[in-house]
Order: sequence, then C-alpha cells, then structure tokens
Amino acid sequence: MSTQTETILELENVTAGYGKIVALNGISLTVKTGAMVTLLGANGAGKTTTLKTISGLVRVSGGAVRFESADITQIPAHEIARRGLVHVPEGRHVLRGLSVRENLELGAFTVKDPALRHKRMKEVFELFPVLEKRQHGDGSLLSGGEQQMLAIGRALMHGPRLLLLDEPSMGLAPKLVIETMRIAKQLSEAGTTILLVEQNARLALKLAHYGYVLESGHICMEGEAATLRVDKSIVQAYLGE
Amino acid sequence: MAQTRSNAFNNIIAQFNEPWKRYIAFAVIIALLLMAPISLGPYATVILTNALLYVVLALGLNVAVGYAGLLDLGYAAFFAVGAYTVGILTNTFGLNFWLTLPIAVGAAAVAGIIIGTPTLQLRSDYLAIVTLGFGEIVRFSARNLDITGGASGISGIEQPWLFGWHINTPFEFYYVFLLLAIIAVVVSVRLQHSRLGRAWLYVRHDEDAAEAMGIDTVRIKLAAYVIGAIFGSVAGVFFAVNLGAISPESFSFQQSVLILMAVILGGMGKIPGVILGAFIVVLAPELLRDLGEYRLLLFAVGLLLVMLFRPNGIWSVKGK
Repeated sequence: MSTQTETILELENVTAGYGKIVALNGISLTVKTGAMVTLLGANGAGKTTTLKTISGLVRVSGGAVRFESADITQIPAHEIARRGLVHVPEGRHVLRGLSVRENLELGAFTVKDPALRHKRMKEVFELFPVLEKRQHGDGSLLSGGEQQMLAIGRALMHGPRLLLLDEPSMGLAPKLVIETMRIAKQLSEAGTTILLVEQNARLALKLAHYGYVLESGHICMEGEAATLRVDKSIVQAYLGE
Repeated sequence: MAQTRSNAFNNIIAQFNEPWKRYIAFAVIIALLLMAPISLGPYATVILTNALLYVVLALGLNVAVGYAGLLDLGYAAFFAVGAYTVGILTNTFGLNFWLTLPIAVGAAAVAGIIIGTPTLQLRSDYLAIVTLGFGEIVRFSARNLDITGGASGISGIEQPWLFGWHINTPFEFYYVFLLLAIIAVVVSVRLQHSRLGRAWLYVRHDEDAAEAMGIDTVRIKLAAYVIGAIFGSVAGVFFAVNLGAISPESFSFQQSVLILMAVILGGMGKIPGVILGAFIVVLAPELLRDLGEYRLLLFAVGLLLVMLFRPNGIWSVKGK
C-alpha cells in the first residue's frame, strides 16, 4: 500500500459509552481507500461499539469521526448510510417473513435508479448464487451461512464505499467461516474498502492489510497485518500456540 | 377437525389472492352496500352507517398499527380533534362546514406531529403509554373547557350543504360514509404499495436494519402516525355533523380500544381484514342484542376464541 492513498475513514480520539459505562476510551484509527483493516480484541474490548460509533448507532461523547473528509460525528445513522458507509451488524438482522429478494431490496431502498438496482441485484446473485436460487423463500429460513450472505448482499445493494463487517463468521461452521472470509477478500479485491471485526484473529490477519488491537476501550497495538501476525504478544494473546 | 376447518377457511380467503376475483368481490360488496338501505330499512341503515364510520377509523389506525407497527392506544383523540374542530368552528364561529374540513385535517396533523415527534424517537412501548395519556388529556380537556361545551358537549351542529343540497337524512349520511369508506380503502391500498409503504414494511420488521440501510425511521414512523391521525380526524368531522351533537364520552379510552380491536381482530395490515373487523365490532353486539346482558360476555368469549385460534387476525393469509 502506498502512503499516498486517500484516507476514507478517520477516528480521532473517540470516546463513547452506554449511560455511565465508558466503552471507548479515546480511539484513533484510519482506514485508507481500498484497504481491508481489521479490529481485533477480546470480548468486551469495544470492537462492536467502535463500529456502532462509526455508523452512528452509538453517540460519540468526545473526539471526531470523519468519513471522506467530512465530519460525521453528530450525523444520524440513516444519513451516514446514505453517504455510502454501510454497517453489517452482528446477528445479521434478516427480516423474518420477507423473501430473500425483498430483504435485498431493502438494501437498495435509497437507490432511486431502477436500472442501478437491477444491476446490483444481478451482481449480488453472481456473488451469492444460493440467494438467487432461494430468492422467493423466506429470508429467515436460510441457514446461518446463507443469512450472513444475505446480510452482506443487502449491504452491497446499497453500493457501499466503506463496509463495516461485524463478526461475519460468528456462529458458523469452520468451513463456512473460511467461505465468509473468502467473500470478504473477494469484495476487497473488487475495490470495496472494508473494516472487519473478527473473532478469528488468525484468519483476519491473513486477509487484512492492516490491523488494530483493542483492549478495554483503547488501542493497544497497531501495524501491518503481516507484522502483527508474527508479533509475540499477539500470538500469545489472540492466536494461541 | 379444528385443523381442517381452519384450512377450509384459509382456502376461502386464498380465493381472493387473484386480482380479478378480488375486484369482483369488491364490486359485489359495493353493489350490496349501495342497495342495503333500500332493502333493510332505517334502523339497519343507521347501524351500517356506524359500521362504515368504524371502517374509516380502523383503516386510519391500521396505517399506524398495521403498516408501521406503532401501538396507538389513544386514537380516539384524533377522532375527537376532528369532531370538535367542526363543532366549534361552525357553531361558535359560524364557519362554512367545507372550510372546517381542511382545518380539521391540519389540526390533526399538528397534534400528530406534537405527540409523535418526541415519542417516536423512543421505543414503541413508550408510544403506547404516551398515546394512552394523550387520549385521556384530550377527553378531559374537552370536558373541562368552555369552548368545547364541558361535559354536555356541543349540540345543534348544522348539517352540511353541498351545492344547494342539504345532507340531513340518515340515508344521505349512509352514502356519505360509504363514499368516505371507499376513499379510505383506496388511499390505504395506494399507501401500502407506495415507497412509503415499503419503508413502513421494513421499519415494522426491523428498525435497526432499516436505519442501517439509510431509512430515516423516525420520519417514516411520524408519517404513519400523522396520516392515521388525519383519517381519524376526517371521520370525526363527519361523525359530528351526522349526529349533530358531540360529547366527551364519545371519545373515551373504550372507543380507542374498540377501534384497535377492529384492526387486530380482522388482521393487522390487511385491508379486507380491517374492514371485516370494523363490521364485526359494530354488528356483532347488534346481532346479539336479543341476549340482553349476556351479549357482551358472548362477544368477549368470541374475541378470545379468535385470538386463540387465529392470532394474526381472522383475515390472515399464509405467507404474507
């Protein structure tokens, strides 16, 4: 990665919390356009909160979030999404009682051009053939892995310039975990910038260009993924062995 | 046994999935309703007028409850806003009836925005509590203010003229309410299939997912709430001129519950279901009148049974 690449997302000393509980204690990070960046850390370290803060689901109490150079710190979640920063939350949020196709259409709700919606639907079906096959079935009757594909596909319908993926492999069988990661890599190679939160640190560091390690609400380490992968303390804390 | 019977019922409902069958059914129902007063006589006409009023009210509440998933327990308040607006403006200020109609719509919209804006930011449970309070505030205000005529209300509300035609017999009002009900159905159908209708569908299913995909959930919910309020207010306007007199007790919590019952009983979000629910809520107590005091008991048991065996309402079609 050249150092000239543009910064798409920048967090500057961000603090946030739930009521009196402080979850983020001054987080600073940057994501370059086209990169895949991963956030690692133990449960409760603040990974999910970081993503929610970026997408506006959790209010920032201090610091600033900038997306494509614009300050989005105080902007409501739906407005942030409209600007092309799309969050695929943990737990997939597949809409029960609606078909796979209707679930995908939700993603393109703000896309006014029908031709563009059609094109994106075709692209999503190319990426996830299983969704095309089951497009008229109830989205909530899909398997866990398929639901995850649906959640990602829905986000792609929106045409994101930055995709926040929160634990896409959670609760999936090992084979599907690798499949999900393959898809993330494919998206990244196709040009989507991705900020990935992932429990499977080994896999995440294999895919990502850059990594941040969170510990109780602050960043304790950062670096090129290749460097982190062999770092002793990381290996001990997150990779086992 | 119960299973097969309910399947048979589902099959009847499923018959109406095909559009042309639905149009024929719709035409037949309208034709029957057009002829009803002639063959049924004045008493039944008054009852049917009341049923049509409830169709309008239930379809209005259905926009909030059925389409957007907002539990409104004080819907009668908007009904009251419409009725009192026309009562006060025509009686006290001598305004022409047709001029009061847009004012009543505006008043309901303003009331909806005032109540909805702060509460729709919160979780839906709070909306139920706030609307419950709002309903009672409106009723108590009507009872205690001079301009609303206190507990005795407003009487002698003049019936409207339309191009030299004085709408003043029960038969004429029957047709006015039939027209209102048809307009309410058409507007409901159009709303359901609009872009706004899609947004409501998503918000109802998963607010967070909708918000994450760029839908302004607060504004979308406010739109549903305000549109529902306008339906209620228009129904109130015609209710007031039909009876010629209104009092606070017409707009009680019980009234709100009855309208909500029509929506839930028939099947939330489904237009034929809501219409059916409105007719049941009005006609069932009339048909059971011979039973005297037991009729409410029987009605209640019937409601319980419906909720037990058809929890999604009578008009619940598999799939959608």
